[in-house]
Amino acid sequence: MTLTWLDWLLMLVYFGFVLGIGVALKSKTTTSSAFFQAGRAIPAWVCGLAFISANLGAQEIIGMAASGAKYGIATSHFYWVGAIPAMVFLGVFMMPFYYGSRARSVPEYLRLRFDEKTRAFNAVSFALMTVFSSGISMYAMAKLLQILRVFDAPFAALGIGPEYIFHIAVVSSALVVLVYVLLGGLSSAIYNEVLQFFLIVAGFLPLVYLGLRDAGGWSGIVRTLPPAFTHAWVGLGSASTNPMGVDVFGVAMGLGFVLSFGYWCTDFLVVQRAMAADSMTAARRTPLIAAFPKMAFPFLVVMPGLIALSVHGGVVPVKMYEGTTTAILDALGKPQLDYDLTAPTLMLRYFPTGMLGIGLTALLASFMSGMAGNVTAFNTVWTYDIYQAYLRPSASDAHYLWIGRMATVFGIAASVLTAYVAAQFNNIMDVLQLVFAFVNAPLLATFLLGMFWKRATGHGAFAGLVAGTCAAALHHGLTLPAGAIAGVKGGWLGALSTYPSEMAQNFWTAIDAWTVCFVVTIAVSLMTRPRDERELAGLVYSLTERPRDAELPWHRRPAVLGVVVLVATLLLNVVFF
Amino acid sequence: MMDIRVPVAVMFGVMGALLTGYGVFGDQSIYGRSLGININLVWGSVLLAFAVCLLILSARARSRRGGEP
Repeated sequence: MTLTWLDWLLMLVYFGFVLGIGVALKSKTTTSSAFFQAGRAIPAWVCGLAFISANLGAQEIIGMAASGAKYGIATSHFYWVGAIPAMVFLGVFMMPFYYGSRARSVPEYLRLRFDEKTRAFNAVSFALMTVFSSGISMYAMAKLLQILRVFDAPFAALGIGPEYIFHIAVVSSALVVLVYVLLGGLSSAIYNEVLQFFLIVAGFLPLVYLGLRDAGGWSGIVRTLPPAFTHAWVGLGSASTNPMGVDVFGVAMGLGFVLSFGYWCTDFLVVQRAMAADSMTAARRTPLIAAFPKMAFPFLVVMPGLIALSVHGGVVPVKMYEGTTTAILDALGKPQLDYDLTAPTLMLRYFPTGMLGIGLTALLASFMSGMAGNVTAFNTVWTYDIYQAYLRPSASDAHYLWIGRMATVFGIAASVLTAYVAAQFNNIMDVLQLVFAFVNAPLLATFLLGMFWKRATGHGAFAGLVAGTCAAALHHGLTLPAGAIAGVKGGWLGALSTYPSEMAQNFWTAIDAWTVCFVVTIAVSLMTRPRDERELAGLVYSLTERPRDAELPWHRRPAVLGVVVLVATLLLNVVFF
Repeated sequence: MMDIRVPVAVMFGVMGALLTGYGVFGDQSIYGRSLGININLVWGSVLLAFAVCLLILSARARSRRGGEP
């Protein structure tokens, strides 16, 4: 498959529009509030689409199709169990505190509710995590474009060897994101995320349509694949009867509670989109509006994995040694499959020139939306929670705006650096998983206690966070997934027990970290002096006036929307049981 | 604030027009891989229709606010 002028033209049109949006917003971005908070003036539906688009990074798009091919339709649990309930909880219960406290970021809420040290701990770990994950996402996408080989011929025509495709992909996409975030700040990132959201759908919907047609529809897939792949819950009764190696409790508690609530309810990358909304009800509706497309997304991103498994005896490509055509074999002597190539391989298979241009643009769009999400969250936390808090507390607004722009340049440069470091290690994805379990899981306990228990104190929260992170490290150091070697996969303190899969180990590390943080925060809080209740108004549930929704029409009430979302998700689970 | 529906509509309008145009006037022998379906024509028309819908929604919102941008 070769690219023609039409594919290039379509990609150029996309670049033109993303940069154009940045240019159009430049004149409006003259204060730090406009740059970091989009002036808190964005309508709910725009925030909602940006909310899900910022999370739809390259890893999500590549990874979900890969897991679909590896684990089957049960991958949808990452959406139906691992996202929707948490998004509803964020909109109905937590947004009033984030938005109502007038905090400008998640770490700043921690300072208002607890104290400086809790905020500093969160700000530093979050800043590192965003740079790290945007670098990995950049690495994943550039690697993918290189392995696909579609760019080989056009670059060869210009006298550029295929080994440069990785560098060109990293530098050019980083530059585009840099320019549009630099110009328009958070508004530019959010508006572009809406555009990118529609593009991702426009690239994947025809892929699923053609693939399903080729596979003989959903019934064709059900006929070809083993039942464990086409049923989401059958087989989850025990860890040994499903491809993921996790049981119901692990899925419900680890994924459905700790990891999902830890991500969706506390990660500033997504929460920032809702905090940019133009009113309290708009902010609360943001995650609920996002939940509707999120619910349907398994059909777009997981389905390609199932299609690739079932058409023509399976078309997931075999993993090759780099730069050769020799297949990598597993312990049984069978060739290993390169699951990450699932979605793009299907595009190359079904899309003629023209449609292929849209498909490749959709991949680029997903990558850029994820990266811009990380970069805008990073520059805000750096400027407000590190620079303004500890380095220069009382400078002019113009100075902080300038620092924010510099932080954008620095954040992107650090991500590029991370992408090159990532290229040197093959375990980098595992490290990223670890970081999430170490940082987000204990943080969830801190937020739940902070928002819903007025007795929780700053010393309690800080001690809980430190203890929770140590507990995650300890659990990881003492356990090992079956068949893995001690090291970055765990067991570096001596493997006391083994889990059937990495996913199971990851879920249990998170459960462990959450529990320790929860218990230690309560214990230390009870031993330390409580804060004056008057200082906690607007920050804690029992001391805050409930938002009044009764005068809103029913379809704008967060609680009603939340119930509708949950019922629809339940129905999906029943259909694919 | 910018009405994002307008730039999204214009972008999909341009992309839809390019796909539809190629589907009608371009090489017809390339559609074997898309199971014999002229996917450029089909999906190009869908994108064009989507662009028109967005423009209508945006115009309605503008007129409701009494011509304010």
